[in-house]
Amino acid sequence: MSSETSQRTTERGRIRVSGFDVDRVESREPLSSWEPDLQSEEGRGRLEYAWMRFKRNRLALFGAATIAFMVVVAVFSRPIQLPGSFPVLAGQTVQPFSLAPADPANQNVLTGYRSPTLENVLTWPPTGLYLFGADWAGRDILSRVMYGGRWSLSIGFIAVAMALLVGIPLGSVAGYYGGKVDELIMRLVDMLYAFPFIVLAIAVIAVLGRGYWEMILALVVVGWLPYARIIRGEILSVKENEYVTAAKALGSRDRSIIVRHILPNAMAPVIVQATLSIGTTVLVAAALGFIGLGLSPASAEWGVMLNVEQDAIARGRWWAGLFPGLAIFVFVMAINLVGDGVRDAFDPQGDQTDTDTGGLR
Amino acid sequence: MAMLEVEDLNVRFYTDDGVVRATNDLSYRIEAGERFGVVGESGAGKSVTSLALMRLIDDPGVIESGEIRFKGENILEMDEEEIRSLRGNEIAMIFQDAETALNPSYTVGEQISEAIRFHLGLDEAAARERAIETLESVGIPSAAERYSDYPHEFSGGMQQRVVIAIALSCDPDLIIADEPTTALDVTIEAQILELLEEVATEFDTAIQLITHDLGVVAEFCDRVMVMYAGHPVEMAPVEDVYYDPQHPYTVGLMSSIPRIGDDRDRLQTIPGRMPDLIEMPPGCNFHPRCPYAEESCTRMEPQLVDVETGEPADPINSDAQTAACLAHTGELTGDLDYEVTVRGEGDLPGPDDASGTSAGVSDR
Amino acid sequence: MSLQRFVLKRGLVTIPLLLGISLLTFGMVHAIPGDPIDFITLFTELDPQTEMQIRAEYGLDQPVYIQYIDWVTDAATGDFGRSIITRDPVIDEIMERLPYTLVMGIMAFGVTLVTAIPTGVIAAYYRDTKIDQASRVFALLGIAIPNFLLGLLLLLVFASWLDLFPILPPTGKGILSYDMLVYTLLPAITIGTGSTALLMRLMRSSMVEELDKDYVRTARAKGLPERTVVQKHVLRNSLISVVTVAAIQVAFIISGSVVVEIVFSYPGIGRLLVNRVGNRDFPVIQAIVLLIGVAVILANFVADVLYAYLDPRIRY
Repeated sequence: MSSETSQRTTERGRIRVSGFDVDRVESREPLSSWEPDLQSEEGRGRLEYAWMRFKRNRLALFGAATIAFMVVVAVFSRPIQLPGSFPVLAGQTVQPFSLAPADPANQNVLTGYRSPTLENVLTWPPTGLYLFGADWAGRDILSRVMYGGRWSLSIGFIAVAMALLVGIPLGSVAGYYGGKVDELIMRLVDMLYAFPFIVLAIAVIAVLGRGYWEMILALVVVGWLPYARIIRGEILSVKENEYVTAAKALGSRDRSIIVRHILPNAMAPVIVQATLSIGTTVLVAAALGFIGLGLSPASAEWGVMLNVEQDAIARGRWWAGLFPGLAIFVFVMAINLVGDGVRDAFDPQGDQTDTDTGGLR
Repeated sequence: MAMLEVEDLNVRFYTDDGVVRATNDLSYRIEAGERFGVVGESGAGKSVTSLALMRLIDDPGVIESGEIRFKGENILEMDEEEIRSLRGNEIAMIFQDAETALNPSYTVGEQISEAIRFHLGLDEAAARERAIETLESVGIPSAAERYSDYPHEFSGGMQQRVVIAIALSCDPDLIIADEPTTALDVTIEAQILELLEEVATEFDTAIQLITHDLGVVAEFCDRVMVMYAGHPVEMAPVEDVYYDPQHPYTVGLMSSIPRIGDDRDRLQTIPGRMPDLIEMPPGCNFHPRCPYAEESCTRMEPQLVDVETGEPADPINSDAQTAACLAHTGELTGDLDYEVTVRGEGDLPGPDDASGTSAGVSDR
Repeated sequence: MSLQRFVLKRGLVTIPLLLGISLLTFGMVHAIPGDPIDFITLFTELDPQTEMQIRAEYGLDQPVYIQYIDWVTDAATGDFGRSIITRDPVIDEIMERLPYTLVMGIMAFGVTLVTAIPTGVIAAYYRDTKIDQASRVFALLGIAIPNFLLGLLLLLVFASWLDLFPILPPTGKGILSYDMLVYTLLPAITIGTGSTALLMRLMRSSMVEELDKDYVRTARAKGLPERTVVQKHVLRNSLISVVTVAAIQVAFIISGSVVVEIVFSYPGIGRLLVNRVGNRDFPVIQAIVLLIGVAVILANFVADVLYAYLDPRIRY
């Protein structure tokens, strides 16, 4: 049905259409089963959504499983006893299991090197002894690699955790307060950034000396920088956003604004960076061990094992260095898979995260 | 034979969320020098139509079936080289966001010249000359100097003029303008439209104008196609569409335009939302939002039919007003009881129509 | 703004940075109580006379800030004092070894550019195909493998087993001798592998980002052949972001050289640094760390200028 065709004018504003009754649509029963609501997804928390995406990423899951496996092996390789200085529970055996086939410190200097052998694995019960061969002092390499994981892995996790504790607050303060404080902190960051990670770590160790905590400290001194930058950047970009102004208008205190509004959103790139940094840190720690600036030569830290056996490897006793090196490689590979998975989970289009500083830190 | 004939075009996007049916059996034609408007809400398939014309549809999109005949030849059967000689040369495109459409690392002049050099075979100096002329013709002052400026040195409106210059540079027979003024403010919009009008008349170029702005269409176009959910729902000469709309969706669009002197106290909209092209309502895609819908509308998908005769439409050969609604094939029991009133001279007192409201559907 | 003004502005910002790192380097090394002499006296008996002599010689009897000023001003002229261990001028020791590290670094840089950029471009263009996936696997491997392990394995395979290279560098030959250059290949490849992996990923993601941009569609809509679209339009913009990575490459190569020189017993400054750390030979340590910092800052500066040259938007 059409209305009367009226004079064909070309002027605007003279047409009025009436009779398109919206109420008629809204008050009637749906004519078919199609509902517009079916099409909109429920808003999910960003974290939840990211976790779901992560779970679908098979490579990332594989990486995570590998990491978990290595951690378990490291923890359960040899019994853990609380040190005598521990309050109350001194001397207690916290972890009684011993997955490693031999005591990593068991020397047998007379026999010295043994190449890897499957002998002990194929017997029953399999012991796995000398599966990776023995080093210059006759020690079972498999056991050492398992036990050494404690050092290498713990250094990685602890150093990154501490670096986060330093970097996030400093970056937050710089970003939020701006001005002189920001200038100061960022100048410091810029200056420290001028030195490659390992060079600075070497310098710090030169000053502090060798040792477990000294190494961690060196890694933290260098490692906090990316987090400060990321957080500061996120805060700067968010600071002007209206929901922050709204929170302020409601009288929230500065600190709570940072913590409750800004940080949760800023977490994603930080988490990605932290994950990737664990890998880098383990690499650098191992490298420091390799060049002789790490733990003592007797320790089973993977880098140190390679240091001790350098010449041997180049001259043919490849097993002495391949397995610890492989352990490092597998760990870093796995954590990179996880890190990439986390990054993809938060940001499938890949247009936000800016962590490709090459994973240098 | 019309210059451009699109017949039964079907474009699909195979995404993780499902198959997006971007266009469904789309047919229309454009004559030489004609100005053809494509109107619809965001997501109706308008841009896809234009990209398909130049075979610029990328993964995961596929042109499933249909024909696009340009000057008699089927574009979809051409090889890469033939298609490239058409693009920018005989068919040119103007994009919505001028700033991102321009390469920030090259001067504006170079971006025009390269098309000229490639298609018209001119040498550098001659191409530069011609580019400067084109810049002048789109209204850029001091064209010779601005030839060597970079895109970021131009304002938004000027950038759009540059984009138009690129499109014009090789004298195309058809310009596809994909929402060319959406990102610009109203005064600039008017200038750009005027420019397009001049260009079209002077060079006898056909223009396919895609927009969601009904006001622009009314002023600029000769014929209009209204799209909904990838289908054409009404196609007619522009005056028929405005004074005599035949499809409830068109009616809804028109009634959403606020007018001074209106005595309604709420802004009129079309209730609901356009479906997402993956899961569409059964039967007529518009029925959940249509005040005149009946049960039969959920069962049969209405074809585009001639509103006078009820015969299936033949957009390629006929200019008759067509609409895709069961009301025109006699299957609707009720009536489309809307009313279009046109105020003649002195009919009603009141403010003049200098309302200046941007008449359009807001889905933004 | 013009390029000259940009360079000037950047330069002005860089100077305080250089000063800052000198302060940092000095401060770090002198952060602990006690000084090198105390360290030496742990091992050898020194009579107070000699001790005072040595202290005066090294200026260790001055207040700290005077020491810093002396050190910085001398450093600006190239005088870094004398090594505590060998008593030779630090600058001499450094200059003796610098060419080796430089040549190795340049080789590694060259290897990286030649390998990473084409592979990154190809991986981006053939996104999500097998080629792309293969490149991602390689990149992952290259990043994860410890450079010292790779170096040792290369030595094992190419020097021990295949006998193509000597295990130790040739002695008595200058850096530009054929034997030395051949030997340098191995450490260069070792460092180059990691750096290639990094750069390739970056090149790929940069190109992928650009390929999705609107101006690429415009270029295609003009009818330009695909080759032109990619080479002329996309590559230019992709390379721009890659240039800044070049600065990171320098830092990466430097850090790689520290470890890799140990693996190959390569006579460069990385090895010098590591050797002297154990002995707390502070003049040498300070000098090398400072030089490294300066090198990285300069590399960043050059990258910034290059970036501004390539991307007209930055200068404004």
